[in-house]
Amino acid sequence: MHPPRPVPSGPDLLAAMLRIRAYEEKIVAFSEAGPFPHVCTSVGQEAAAVGVVSALRPEDEILTNHRSAGHLLARGADPGRLLAEVMGRSTGYCKGKSGTLHVSVKELGVILTSTIVGGELSLAPGVALSRTMLGGEGIVVCFFGDGAACEGIFHESLNLAAVWNLPVLYVCENNQWQAFVHRKETMVGDHVSPWAAAYGMDSLTVDGNDVESVLKAATHAAAQVRETRKPFLLEAWTYRQRGHMEPHDQSYVDPAEIAAWKEKDPIDRLSARLIASGELTQGDIDALRAEIRGAMDTAADFALASPFPDPSELTADVYA
Amino acid sequence: MSLITAHEALGQALAEEMRRDSRVLMFGEGVATKRTDLLEAFGPQRVRNTPLAEGIIAGTAAGAAATGLRPVVDLLFAPFLCFAMDEIVNSAGKLRYMSGGQFAFPMVVLAMTGGGWTVGAQHNHNVEAWFVHSPGLKVVMPSTPEDFKGLMKAAIRDDNPVLFFMDMGLAFVPGEVSEDEVLIPLGQAAVRRKGTDVTLISYAKTVHTCLAAAETLAEQGISAEVIDLRTLKPLDEATLLASVRKTGRAVVVHEASRLCGVGAEVAAILSEKAFDHLKAPVLRLTGPDAPAPSSYVLEQAFAPQADAIVQAGLTVMAERVMAG
Repeated sequence: MHPPRPVPSGPDLLAAMLRIRAYEEKIVAFSEAGPFPHVCTSVGQEAAAVGVVSALRPEDEILTNHRSAGHLLARGADPGRLLAEVMGRSTGYCKGKSGTLHVSVKELGVILTSTIVGGELSLAPGVALSRTMLGGEGIVVCFFGDGAACEGIFHESLNLAAVWNLPVLYVCENNQWQAFVHRKETMVGDHVSPWAAAYGMDSLTVDGNDVESVLKAATHAAAQVRETRKPFLLEAWTYRQRGHMEPHDQSYVDPAEIAAWKEKDPIDRLSARLIASGELTQGDIDALRAEIRGAMDTAADFALASPFPDPSELTADVYA
Repeated sequence: MSLITAHEALGQALAEEMRRDSRVLMFGEGVATKRTDLLEAFGPQRVRNTPLAEGIIAGTAAGAAATGLRPVVDLLFAPFLCFAMDEIVNSAGKLRYMSGGQFAFPMVVLAMTGGGWTVGAQHNHNVEAWFVHSPGLKVVMPSTPEDFKGLMKAAIRDDNPVLFFMDMGLAFVPGEVSEDEVLIPLGQAAVRRKGTDVTLISYAKTVHTCLAAAETLAEQGISAEVIDLRTLKPLDEATLLASVRKTGRAVVVHEASRLCGVGAEVAAILSEKAFDHLKAPVLRLTGPDAPAPSSYVLEQAFAPQADAIVQAGLTVMAERVMAG
């Protein structure tokens, strides 16, 4: 058994969320400045990414989706190489062949990213089957949204993982919006987690905008999956603060809804708590934010200075 | 040599590869129920039944393949592949490239197709060309028990996803299989009959129809060469071109529908790379643009018959050599 990992401090969690926010702000700035690849940002969902990923061990594997920057950055991805990938540069994690939508970083255990909604759900049981048959204590974490939960493959995936006792922690980031459609139009209930019961699977719904609650819930869920080698469904109740993709458009969203959720912004909430408890001052937080933004400027410079792929890459890596 | 069916040949190939490599496993609809010998030999971890859910079967294979296992999955009938297209085409076929080469997908997807069992169009649909058209995949469709065995073993050892189609009409037809290790590399066609006047190019069940037609043509003084493609991707262009540069005439025969089928690709390759050697247009004999019918009479009429191949051979022989 591995020794227990140290529990991240409140300031650590805040810094991790600020890194994601600053990265996404950089994406937004590029998108507003001129033609730029269409990126699905995770602004507003930082707590779910940081809370879950902070609960994992290095040997665990993560499958994610088109809205993946939070998961990747929380896992330690280099923002410069991520931005380079978005910009189609050869220094990107996938040599510029993935773009923003399908970034995998095998060395960090963030693997097989699929932008087909539900694609990650189709692949997760197989990864967990490898872990089961080839040994190791790692578990498989699969991030998806409420939109993917309406795909048939969600149900096939949970059913097989349950029948075969596969160590998958399913994490549904219920961000209320399925591309351009509110989930109220596509689901009878508000939550995805009750579906787990149909597969004999334990589940938990957590306030996905409270990073410390997410961390606690994910730590419990991951420990259960690790111990029992059976799947678990964790639902993080959160909100996509921006449009489906950049350039930003939320003209189809009730402004009151956006305003209400911004009141529950995960970074503001943790900042307020840390100031109230005396762990940080506003000055500390401002300095931290400035430092992280500086790091993102450096990352952007790296990406912009990186070369485009050689034309020979066009047909490289198709076959093994 | 031993006389075994294609079904038995696949069983031998699976058993040999599972014995050789502990990472090889098989799962699918009824696999553990039907292949009890494999279940007994390798246990329930490596021989698994699954729900009747093709999407998650194929997706699980792709996820497992990318992380260290070498799965073989049985999706039963080729039209069921429609439920697994995202997992096969978008994941297994593309995620190696899209990740900049970080992953490989050593997996085999087995499915049956073709006329002979009167199962109708939702169990019988020759969709092999769909996968030839999709990057990152290989496609195999054998015609003899020995090839079923040798190509399955090669497919399991290949580091890419391989679609392995079994022509239903061949499943229980016995044939000679060597007692020695049979390993047939992917991408190599076989010349089944030597000839000098016309090349008949086919794969799967219709290879045998071509061989029957070649007999009839021989009686009429026409020497037909018969090529069995065996692997549809990668396609063995060298063997095709060598034959047609010799004979100057070609007829491509398959049960799959005509439009954008493998025959169209073969004809295009011959036109592009052997044009100067062609003495007649390349002809195609294929199934029609229609769903496969269930009625035995119609089902038999769906696939090209020997009489039609003979007629096509006579037609290309009658074409006058184009004036230089």
